[in-house]
This record gives sequence, C-alpha cells and structure tokens, in this order.
Amino acid sequence: MSSTPDDDHQLRFELDPEPTPKRPESAATRGGPDAGRDRLIAAMKPRASRAQVVVAVLMVLVGFGLVLQVRTTHSTNDFAGARRGDLIELLDSLEAASQRTQSQIDSLEETKASLQSDTDRNQAALDAAREQVQVLGILAGTIPAQGPGVRITITDPSKAIGSSTLLNALEELRDAGAEAIELNDSVRVVAQTALVDVDDGVQVDGIQLQQPYVIEAIGSAHTLHEAVRFPGGLRDEVETFGGSVRVRELSDIEIASLHQVEQPQYAQTVPQPGG
Amino acid sequence: MIAAIGLVIGIALGLIFEPSVPVGMQPYLPIAVVAALDAVFGGLRAFLDGIFDDKVFVISFVSNVSIAALIVYLGDQLGVGGQLSTGVIVVLGIRIFSNVAAIRRHVFHA
Repeated sequence: MSSTPDDDHQLRFELDPEPTPKRPESAATRGGPDAGRDRLIAAMKPRASRAQVVVAVLMVLVGFGLVLQVRTTHSTNDFAGARRGDLIELLDSLEAASQRTQSQIDSLEETKASLQSDTDRNQAALDAAREQVQVLGILAGTIPAQGPGVRITITDPSKAIGSSTLLNALEELRDAGAEAIELNDSVRVVAQTALVDVDDGVQVDGIQLQQPYVIEAIGSAHTLHEAVRFPGGLRDEVETFGGSVRVRELSDIEIASLHQVEQPQYAQTVPQPGG
Repeated sequence: MIAAIGLVIGIALGLIFEPSVPVGMQPYLPIAVVAALDAVFGGLRAFLDGIFDDKVFVISFVSNVSIAALIVYLGDQLGVGGQLSTGVIVVLGIRIFSNVAAIRRHVFHA
C-alpha cells in the first residue's frame, strides 16, 4: 500500500498538530506543511509524465467501475435497501393479495362451471324440443314426411262409397300403425280432419275428393297392406259396392301436403303443478 | 490534472456505453471499486507527502482490487461471503478515512 511507508510522517503530524509558521523556503522542501498543497497545485498543470499517464489510466478504470456499480445497484434491486420488517410486511401483503386473487379465481371458475352446465342443460332441452317438434310436426301434419308405406287406390264407379267407408279405412290404417296419412295427394289427414258426405262424393276438410281416391300412408308397408285386405276389411267392403281396391307397397312415399294449424280459440292449456 | 481527466473520462464512458455487469462479476465489483478507491486515496496522500511513486501506486491498486475480490470469492466458497464482504468494506472504509484525514491535514492544515 502506497501510504504505509510514510507512517513516521503521519506520526509527526499528529504529534505536532500546530503547523509551524510558513516559511518561504520550507514550502519547496519535502516535509514542509504547505508542501503537499503546493505539489497538488503544481500537479494541476497539464504535464504528461509517465506517472500522470499511469494514474490517469487507473482513474479511468475506477470511474468506469464506479458508474457501472452505481447503475447496477440502481437498476436491479429496488428492495436491497429495505429493512427486514418492511420486506416481511411486503411479503405478507403480497401473499394476502395472492390468496384473494386465488379465491376470486376459484369463485369465477365455479361460476364458469355452473354456466357451462346451464348451457349444457339448455342445449339438451333445445335438442329435446327440436326432436319434439319433429314428432309433433309429423303428428299434426305441419311438416312434410317421407318413408316406407302403402299407396291405396280406390275406384268406385257407382259412387257408392261414402265418408263412413273412407273413415273406416283411415281408422284401420291408423290401427295398423300409420304415422302420416294423405288423401289424393292434397289433404293431410290429422286429428282435426273431418269427412263429410256431399251429393257427388266426399269432402275432406272442405276439399272435394276426386275419383279415384288415393290414400297414401307411411308406416310398416306389410302391416298396412294387411289392414286393407283382411276379411271384412276395406277391400271386401269396396268390392261389395262394385268398386276395386289396389294396394302398392312402396319403400319410399313422400307426403308433402300440410295441415294448417290454427291457434286454439277456446281450449287453453292447464297450468302444470310446479311448472 | 491528467488523473482527474482520466476519472472524468471513465465516468463518461460508463454513462455512454451503459454496460451491464456480467453475472459472475456482480458480487465482486462493489468490493473491487471500494478497494480501488482506497488505493486512489492512499496514492493521493502519498503524493501530498511527496513520496508518490507510480510503480507503487499501480501495484497497490492492482493488489488491492484483486485481494478484495479474492477475499469475497473465498467467502462465497466458504459460505460467509456476506460477512466477509462487510469485513472488507469496514477495513477499507477505515483506511479511506485515515487517508482522507491525512489529505485533509495537508490541504487545509487542520
């Protein structure tokens, strides 16, 4: 260390704290009280000695390191200077905040799950309702239907067939499981369908049926066929009037005519208990 | 004079380039800087005493810095890095104070 060789010099200063009066000739000598200051002032003059350059290089290093360290300290740890108690408090508050956030997350997850199940239930209800609409639509005749079935053609030259014969035929078909029935490709047979005898034939829902009567029914083709030709059935009845019945089993019948449903004017639904 | 300019240049370089300290050097740089400061103040005192020698200054500077870093490294390896750093800082601080006191006597005669 550069300061150590001069311990006796320092000692002399401490033993003699009162500086000796300044003498002009002593300023230049080594031990004089103003010698250091004079040397400092003299060194301020720019002078490129080897010592100055070496010291300058080292000073560059010192300045560089100093700035580097100061910047590092300022930029990296804001909490380096904090007291232990403050840090513990900070940690506690952060932990509490984290717990609060976690519980918020949990409750939101719960809400999400319940909404999810709600959506699922709604979706299931919607699917069931759509299915119901299909079933009821076919039943009520509000949507077209297709499937296997029979086409029954009745020719009645003597015009002896009335509404009761046709109604019996429809009832037999329904009994045999017909799911959708159409008359003459123009009238859908539903629950409200009414058959009325008029002078020259039969009216169905206000529409005059032209001969030959064609009944198209969707269902098990074989069963429907049996329902027509059993003894005492439609075929026998028509043939006693001198007419003829022709039945064709088809694998695909399309029933396109629709029944117009009107809003019930008098009937109202009974409120279901708990619904 | 040139030394003071050197210090200014060093500070300016640090400000301009904004270098980041390598992670491996981070524990040692502060100690090294304090050790360098001790060497600088020792050199200044020796200069005022009229016994400044640039060779001695360079050697003391380098040895101060490297010994300080070595002690901290050793402390890190032994698991007492923090305490040893504090010890080094205390010792260097005392030396800086005594050196500055001597400088003060030279400059202000007080």
